[in-house]
Amino acid sequence: MAFSRHTEDNLWTLIAAPTVWAFHFLLSYVVAAVECAPNSDIFEPIGGTRLLVAGITVIALVAIGFVLWRSIREWRYHGGGYRHNEDTDLDRERFLEFSTVLLAALSFVGVIFVAMPALTIWDCR
Amino acid sequence: MSATHDGRDAEELRKGQEERLNKVWETPKGWRYWSVVNNTEVGIWYTATSFAFMLFAGVLGLLARVQLAVPENDFLTASFYNQVYTLHGTVMMFLFAVPIFEAVAIVILPQMLGARDLPFPRLSAFGYWCFLIGGVFVSGSIFFGAAPEGGWFMYPPLTTQERFTPGYGPDIWLLGLSFIEVASIAAAVELIVGTLKCRPPGMRLNLMPLYAWYVLVVAGMILFAFPPLIAGDILFELERLFNWPFFDPERGGDPMLWQHLFWIFGHPEVYIVFLPAIALVAMIIPTFAQRPLIGYSWIVLAAVGTGFLSFGLWVHHMYATGLPSISLGFFSAASEAVAIPTGVQVFVFIATLLAGRVVNSVPMLFVSGALAVFVIGGLTGVMVALAPFDWQAHDTYFIVAHLHYVLIGGMLFPVVAGVYYYWPLVGSRRLSDRLGKIAFWLMLIGFNVAFFPMHLSGLMGMPRRVWTYPTGLGLDLPNLISTVGAFIFAAGILIIVFDILRPKGNQPYAERNTWNAGTLEWLSEVPGKSWGVRCVPIIKTRYPLWEQPGFMEDYDKGRFYLADAEELQRETMVTSVLDGEPVQCLRVPGPTFMTMIAAILLGAVFIFATFHWWEATLVAMVLTTISILVWLWRGTSLIPEKAEKDVGLGLSLPLYKSGPQSVGWWAMFITMVGDGTAFLSLVFGYFFFFTIHEDFPPTGAPTPGLLWPLVSLALTAGAWAAAWAALKTNKAGNVAVARVLMAGGTGLALAGGAALVWAPYGAGLDPVSHVYPATVWVLVIWTVAHAAVGALMLAYCLARSFAGRLTPVYDIDIENVALYWHFMAATGLITVAAIGLSPLAA
Ligand code: HEM
Repeated sequence: MAFSRHTEDNLWTLIAAPTVWAFHFLLSYVVAAVECAPNSDIFEPIGGTRLLVAGITVIALVAIGFVLWRSIREWRYHGGGYRHNEDTDLDRERFLEFSTVLLAALSFVGVIFVAMPALTIWDCR
Repeated sequence: MSATHDGRDAEELRKGQEERLNKVWETPKGWRYWSVVNNTEVGIWYTATSFAFMLFAGVLGLLARVQLAVPENDFLTASFYNQVYTLHGTVMMFLFAVPIFEAVAIVILPQMLGARDLPFPRLSAFGYWCFLIGGVFVSGSIFFGAAPEGGWFMYPPLTTQERFTPGYGPDIWLLGLSFIEVASIAAAVELIVGTLKCRPPGMRLNLMPLYAWYVLVVAGMILFAFPPLIAGDILFELERLFNWPFFDPERGGDPMLWQHLFWIFGHPEVYIVFLPAIALVAMIIPTFAQRPLIGYSWIVLAAVGTGFLSFGLWVHHMYATGLPSISLGFFSAASEAVAIPTGVQVFVFIATLLAGRVVNSVPMLFVSGALAVFVIGGLTGVMVALAPFDWQAHDTYFIVAHLHYVLIGGMLFPVVAGVYYYWPLVGSRRLSDRLGKIAFWLMLIGFNVAFFPMHLSGLMGMPRRVWTYPTGLGLDLPNLISTVGAFIFAAGILIIVFDILRPKGNQPYAERNTWNAGTLEWLSEVPGKSWGVRCVPIIKTRYPLWEQPGFMEDYDKGRFYLADAEELQRETMVTSVLDGEPVQCLRVPGPTFMTMIAAILLGAVFIFATFHWWEATLVAMVLTTISILVWLWRGTSLIPEKAEKDVGLGLSLPLYKSGPQSVGWWAMFITMVGDGTAFLSLVFGYFFFFTIHEDFPPTGAPTPGLLWPLVSLALTAGAWAAAWAALKTNKAGNVAVARVLMAGGTGLALAGGAALVWAPYGAGLDPVSHVYPATVWVLVIWTVAHAAVGALMLAYCLARSFAGRLTPVYDIDIENVALYWHFMAATGLITVAAIGLSPLAA
């Protein structure tokens, strides 16, 4: 089966989505820490920071969504399935694609989880 | 007629092969035994040593429980109680929980991958000796009443200021453990390269045993989790030894920085402890369900997913420090998210057990106990991950209960299951079923009796780390019950120890592959052979012993690769990362005392520094460097007697590879990733102070300026370019030019280092006065030390070139040094940017 126009998956593509999660997490934390670090005016609303987190979140979700979309498409195109225990290039590829799908889904949910506090918390208390 | 003749010939050939293999892999006798570096021996020493530390720490736990059995007890003094619980936690975490992973992996990973050994056996041996020396040093301190008292996370200022903690306790903790962290990182490098490059031919990523997946993830986590602690240790020791004020608020420092650095390490650490134990479960369950694990990809998801998410949890240990609640929210959310992959694993295991026909056995008993206990700990974990609940439970016995449920359920029980499961590989006999069962029930019951009541005493308000409590608060009964339970639990452990140690001479050998498992480690003969594997097999399935017909016979008859050792050299096979295609026949080094000597000398550096014997420290440092150079010179990148060798089945492989194809290059790359993480943690410290201070650097304070940092940067860049050009010219055959470049690079590197030191020195930055000059100095010292190492490396290459050990074809040394210099150049750039530019921004 032709692999052309498809990514050849490897360990780096496997961890792409969780890496995006990690950067999203780090940036959200840094943005909040910079805003609130000299914790002087704790009742001041931090609308700007929350918007910034929202922006980072959208970017992260789009990036992870892209990984997810691509890996699902390629996994299906290569025949899908869940076992992937054969001694062929194709099955190794499918295994990596399917694992990428799972990790991307987890990372997607993870990003949403992490973004939620910015919905409900208004200030630096 | 001629067929039997052939048969006899083949038989003879096989005998000869086995003789040669035996001879090459023979374990030295007598006192030379201790020069062994082979993974089977070193792994066993490692395992036994960490178990011994566990027993020691267990006795300390029992002492603590005796003291707490009744109110207002004076069995231990307050100070001694502090030492006891601090050392209990420290030893359990640093000398048992993490090392046992490395130990077990060193024993079984090569077997599981059909490799004769890991790629750097001497590195494992070096790591072991570091671990032993550091561990004995830290543990021994309690016999002199000098053990640390600050709890296993050593929060400053309690532990940094003489008036709170006189004596050497914290220094012993810091230096002893830093030393062991070095060993852990060494093991991580070894295990990553081993899993990626030493799999047998045909073992593609999708066919790799799940244990190997976990090892890969956990070793990767070590690489990013331990360096922040090393960075923290450096700051901490500089404050203790030289009064640099990193954690002293009066001079601009902040104790919170330590908490961040400690827990950026500490939280991933608990998963570093948990995942490898669960990896054992993932090997045991298929065997006793007698079917492949269901949901291979889901386990990969869980391992990799947990590996990442675990780095977003650290602040949940710091909920009570007054951080803004939006920050707490992020960490709380991530802490809840990590329950998803963790739950997935538990469900995968249950599904496999339901789908198979479960064979009753001791390992399975411990596995089921592990799952039950761990799930309870996981549930209280979900509770304390919520900040408002944690504010109530923080620093109470509820936490002590939670952490023991997860650690004992998630680590100790699986490890014991692993001991019962893998013992036949080590001891050639099975452990006793009857004793195992008794031990299991004692441990399960004792554990719950001991630790369940702690939830209640904690909710009643009993703080952790108190040496006694008043009567009449309702705490008397739960504490007494806990103590009784702890002894029942300990009785179970003692039975296991007895089962392992009792003489088994009159008991018959276990049959080969005694549990009828499907993975390669069970190819091992009974009694075991020292050659690791008879030949390097070709893999086509996940469970070759079940799914590849005639596999064991082909293996025994040496019908796969490397069935012989014609040149009487230790060899194993290197393959490609994705599909395990053969790449190289790797010669691995044999026994040596150099590793032990280097570890003893390095240990001396740390121990002398603890007691401030500076001259001795310096001497030991020089000797350590020399010993490592001797080790490298004599034992690495040896030029083989021929370019290629026939490894059997008509395949011929190169004996030498350099650059990204070689295992050494990857080891350097991985080490430098860890090293870079430690550096970035120091930079994090710099920016941490930058954000919390209104003015950083403080107005009017001297700064290193721009001139000297830029001069240094230019010189460092020159050294970097020289290293790179030396590699290229040497490859092209221009040896003379390459030598000039190596010499020039050495000089430029040293000059760059000198210029960088001059910047803060000339400007009069006094590191004791304020945290700003102190952080500048730390970045400078780190960078200069690395420049010096880089200079030494270039000089080493030059010497190798003159000695004829580095040639245009055989150029591992300069390949690796050029790689080092990429990282070094980045380090120089970041340091100069941080210390030179940030004063401009302020
Ligand atoms: C015989 C079994 C054990 C007993 C009786 C026991 C007992 C205790 C007790 C009573 C404490 C609380 C001390 C205090 O807060 O004053 C404690 C703390 C702790 N235990 Fe254990 N334990 C046992 C096994 C383990 C194991 C297997 C591990 C980890 C692998 C472990 C890790 C820890 C840690 C990290 C702490 C926290 C120390 C600190 O607060 O600095 N324990 N243990």
